[in-house]
Amino acid sequence: MPAERKTAVTDERLAALTLPAGDGWLRAGREDALGRLRAVGLPGRRDEYWRYTNPAKLVQADPEPSQPDAGEDPFAGVDADVITIDGDGITMPGTIEGLDVTTLSDAGGADIHWAKDLYGTLEAAGSRPVSRPLAMLNTAFATDGLVIRVTGKVARPLHIRTTGGTDPILHHVVKVEAGGALTILESGNVGARYNTALEVDVADGAAFHHLRVQGPDGGMHANTHIFARLGSEATFRSFTLSANGQLTRNEATIDLTGDDASATIGGAAFGDGDVHHDDTVFVTHDAVNCESRQVFKKVLRNGATGVFQGKILVKEGAQKTDGYQISQALLLDDDAQFLAKPELEIYADDVACSHGSTTGAIDETALFYLRSRGVPKRVATDMLVLSFLAEAVEEIENEDLRAHVGDLLTDWQARA
Amino acid sequence: MTALDDVVVKDGVDQETVDAVKGLSGTYKHGWNTEIEMEYAPKGLSEDIVRLISEKNDEPEWMLDWRLEAYRRWLKLEEPTWAMVEYPQIDFQDQYYYARPKSMAEKPKSLDDVDPKLLETYKKLGIPLKEQALLAGVEPAPEDRKVAVDAVFDSVSVGTTFQKELAKAGVIFCSISEAIKDHPELVKKYLGSVIPPSDNYYATLNAAVFSDGSFVYIPKGTRCPMELSTYFRINAENTGQFERTLIIADEGSYVSYLEGCTAPQRDVAQLHAACVELVLLDDAEIKYSTVQNWYPGDENGKGGIYNFVTKRADCRGHRSKVMWTQVETGSAVTWKYPSCILRGDDSQGEFYSIAIANNMQQADTGTKMVHLGKNTKSRIVSKGISAGKAQNTYRGLVSMHPKAKNSRNYTQCDSLLIGSKCGAHTVPYIEVKNNSSRVEHEATTSKVDDDQLFYCRSRGMDEEEAVALVVNGFCKEVLQALPMEFAMEAQALVAISLEGSVG
Repeated sequence: MPAERKTAVTDERLAALTLPAGDGWLRAGREDALGRLRAVGLPGRRDEYWRYTNPAKLVQADPEPSQPDAGEDPFAGVDADVITIDGDGITMPGTIEGLDVTTLSDAGGADIHWAKDLYGTLEAAGSRPVSRPLAMLNTAFATDGLVIRVTGKVARPLHIRTTGGTDPILHHVVKVEAGGALTILESGNVGARYNTALEVDVADGAAFHHLRVQGPDGGMHANTHIFARLGSEATFRSFTLSANGQLTRNEATIDLTGDDASATIGGAAFGDGDVHHDDTVFVTHDAVNCESRQVFKKVLRNGATGVFQGKILVKEGAQKTDGYQISQALLLDDDAQFLAKPELEIYADDVACSHGSTTGAIDETALFYLRSRGVPKRVATDMLVLSFLAEAVEEIENEDLRAHVGDLLTDWQARA
Repeated sequence: MTALDDVVVKDGVDQETVDAVKGLSGTYKHGWNTEIEMEYAPKGLSEDIVRLISEKNDEPEWMLDWRLEAYRRWLKLEEPTWAMVEYPQIDFQDQYYYARPKSMAEKPKSLDDVDPKLLETYKKLGIPLKEQALLAGVEPAPEDRKVAVDAVFDSVSVGTTFQKELAKAGVIFCSISEAIKDHPELVKKYLGSVIPPSDNYYATLNAAVFSDGSFVYIPKGTRCPMELSTYFRINAENTGQFERTLIIADEGSYVSYLEGCTAPQRDVAQLHAACVELVLLDDAEIKYSTVQNWYPGDENGKGGIYNFVTKRADCRGHRSKVMWTQVETGSAVTWKYPSCILRGDDSQGEFYSIAIANNMQQADTGTKMVHLGKNTKSRIVSKGISAGKAQNTYRGLVSMHPKAKNSRNYTQCDSLLIGSKCGAHTVPYIEVKNNSSRVEHEATTSKVDDDQLFYCRSRGMDEEEAVALVVNGFCKEVLQALPMEFAMEAQALVAISLEGSVG
């Protein structure tokens, strides 16, 4: 997209938005992000990081009309504290030990707030070296969000369930203090189009687990961002299960800044029909002896497109890094496609980084084996699809949640 | 003393490899220059220079038009910046685009008439322009080890050996400037058909100002009776070399082609922007090997060649096969992606590369495998080694188009870092648009041929040993397949293993 066109698209989108009122620290963060956004412009097809995903529907002034399916709660039955975000506002749970939760709008009204040092900070850091203009837009125009401080080990997962709204922009900030631990579950078909950002600061020795379910179905165009910063011996794990949706672009930017930190990001996606699913991940190793894993699996058919753009950047001095990245796609028919760019950028010599990417049809030998045992073709295919995705689901550490996601997959598969 | 002497090498890296890289980083042995009277075109680039180059080559009108169109297009293009290389802005007006030894003003009628200084130059490089002994210091080679050489010195071809013997087999091997005059029908048909003049910034520049290069035509059903090679030498100061190579392998033919390049040691960087086009018709096979040893600049990054090269093979015919092998040790900056368009059904493309970057060198190199035809196969094996403060990037594309049913790709790229101040990067693009094809990209050594692994393991080797043996054996096999001319340089590389790879 030529520069003038880019400016025009950006201006048109910005004209449809107004900076939420206020004059405190939050406003300053919003204005800073808006300035950064104006400098780079909204993404276009010719931007390197959008070569496989057309951002047109995400950047146009108005969202495509579509009817998101409210759907069932994918975490029904999971023992968790629930926060609901819908058109009417945010419903908070009662007091939870080790946790301090408020809304972004409330926190923004306070003169002094710890979130001031985080809001937009990790996003801005994550926009270098690759700019993430839609995240800048989120920081500038977030309609609301949650501001969460974790001061201890929180016993139960916190479930954020978001429904309703036509074009919501949500921005959550999480600070896990030293030694703290929190698991967040995220679900809900948010709207026809939505843009979410989650900034997570995981302090020394702290742990943050994130499990997200997108879909099934729903006509949404989604653009999500995670920005995580890890201190020494900190743990970060995020897993996303997605099915369909018109367009889903999940971005994650993870910085390992303290020694001995560990990050895992994974996803299992099922695309059936004219859907586009994109995982874009950027992991930076900037400390010694850290480990990172990226594990993404996609099953695609009937015109579905899967995209994986993953990068491991090992900075000078980040010795003893162990980086791993795998992206695999199973194409169930000739109309599906998988586009991948698994990148490594390494400036330290004593490291081990491996990446792999495979694409192909279902293994005929395995299929033949099952059929020779009397399993009908359809059932055999389903079994192989599930076992393929299960390898990614294995990345979920909590046994109960892992089993829950496995059940969800089986259930979705049966309905497909 | 080289910068590598005080480097602490991490465990697991083969000492022999480090020594081999150190050996390469010593004094550049081809850094001398030839004192010879030259004539230059005026400095700078303009339509007049393009006309002058065309005139010097005594070209027909259509060739000049082709060049001028490319030049006008080039003026509108922007220099690409996506590669992971950094260099000062090139001043395209501050260099010469044509330099020819004065003694070449009239093309010598035979090799005996070539200026002795030029003959001496090639002799010193180990490439005697004689149709007899192959290589000084090498035992007389068997008859079938003959190698025909086209020697390109700055902007002109100074001579081509064994032309008559090749002609008996119907093989045309000459400079491209001669081909434009003597075989216009072939040149018109194929020149720019693989790399159109509009292809990219440097290819467009090359189309406008290329001064010479090699031309090969292998007729139907002919196995070229000897290996062909071109040796490129940049000698003149402040002069860019822009050569163009066109190889046409007609139905059922085979040729092995070799390319070598060196340049004197100078403080000012020099530009080399070449195009190599390969055309393969049904059942044809081309094996194209390169040992790129341009002057890499000194340890502080002063001088060296900027090597911006477009190389592409078009497997137009069914069952055609192309193999690119490259050993990249030279150049200050390398920007080079020998590619295969697998258009014909059952065609095959292979790319084997070893890129070694030391001191301040920067290499951004790889390949594109574009699968268009059914049952096409490609294989990519890339090994990058960085030392000193060098940056080495593998950049590649594997694209399976919807109609490329039942196609296969296997890619393996390994990188090794020697020292903590260098960088190794991998930027693969993988695009799969049908489900009967299989694409595998691995940066680990776990995916070598299962049968070979099983064989090794059944002989009692552990897995790691077996993988190392298979990978290294493979690597050496490629290097040893390089022609005698390059054997000496390549010998040093044979010691290289990728144990201790970072990914």
